[in-house]
Amino acid sequence: MTTPMPLGLESPLALESACQLSESDAHRRLRVLLEQGLPLTPRPWQVLAERCGLEEAEVMACVRRWQEETLIKRLGLVVRHRRLGIDANAMVVWNVPDDQVARVGQSLAQESVVTLCYRRPRRLPEWPFNLFCMIHGVQREQVLAQLELLVHRHGLAEIDHQVLFSQHAYRQCGGRYAPRRSDEHPGA
Amino acid sequence: MHCQSQDFDTLDRRLIDCYQRDLPVCSRPFHAMAERLGASEEQVIERLQRLETLGVLSRVGPVFDHALAGASLLAAVAVPEEQRDAFAELINQVPGVNHNYAREHHYNLWFVMTAAEERSLDERLTQLETTLGRTILRLPMLESFHIDLAFAIPWAELEGI
Repeated sequence: MTTPMPLGLESPLALESACQLSESDAHRRLRVLLEQGLPLTPRPWQVLAERCGLEEAEVMACVRRWQEETLIKRLGLVVRHRRLGIDANAMVVWNVPDDQVARVGQSLAQESVVTLCYRRPRRLPEWPFNLFCMIHGVQREQVLAQLELLVHRHGLAEIDHQVLFSQHAYRQCGGRYAPRRSDEHPGA
Repeated sequence: MHCQSQDFDTLDRRLIDCYQRDLPVCSRPFHAMAERLGASEEQVIERLQRLETLGVLSRVGPVFDHALAGASLLAAVAVPEEQRDAFAELINQVPGVNHNYAREHHYNLWFVMTAAEERSLDERLTQLETTLGRTILRLPMLESFHIDLAFAIPWAELEGI
């Protein structure tokens, strides 16, 4: 025996999708705001909630969920290392045979001095390098010495590589991923 | 120019050391941080504001996973060294450029562009190639072995420079 659908709930799907639609737009706006950082006031989540039409508790629940889903990798102070004097920033690029690149990448990633390590495509003939790692340091000589140790320890002497020290930062800010409407700050 | 390490006292350093990750998600996060560090909420907020003003902090907030959050790409272009600033400025004008560095290499400008989707990145880069009159190396990340810029700040070493 089937129970008749209560009046007003004939199309629960339409109702649900309408809610999701408005929810997702508020959440999209929350992401746009979060990409620019928290307001430094006693109740930052409350301020964000007001700006995107949510409750403070909803904003916090949403941030926690994004943390669990690892959409948010970390939450905290995002340091500009150059401004502190950690400005010997070497991007080391390697031309590793394809069948070795995963192993070399994984082993370099274990080194505490290596802050970033990833594989990228070669663009031949201009660009033969397929593995990138970053070493951030205070003194250039020290960074080069650390690199020499890495080469020695991981048996990379035969692997063609170049060191690209950074000279100047023209911009350094967080990513701008969330889709923006035309009336929202593009945020560079 | 960078700041001097003596510009930062124990509270500044502890804030940076303790909270590059795990900022509390509670109604008054700066109050919670202050309690742990033996300071007042007001002091913590003032310090964070100062560190942002000095440019030591890019922001206080989340770092999104670049692959889950949308599209991103590392790009490089070779420009005449004496016109580098002007080219860098043109690159910075493109929406979504969040990093832009000069590096010592034939490819002397390196930038990261982020967008909601791949297609926007491609379009912007193609447009930028026309603006710059130069081919751009497009180097998307294929595999990440390690990304963590929340490393411990070597305060002692910074004292020595």
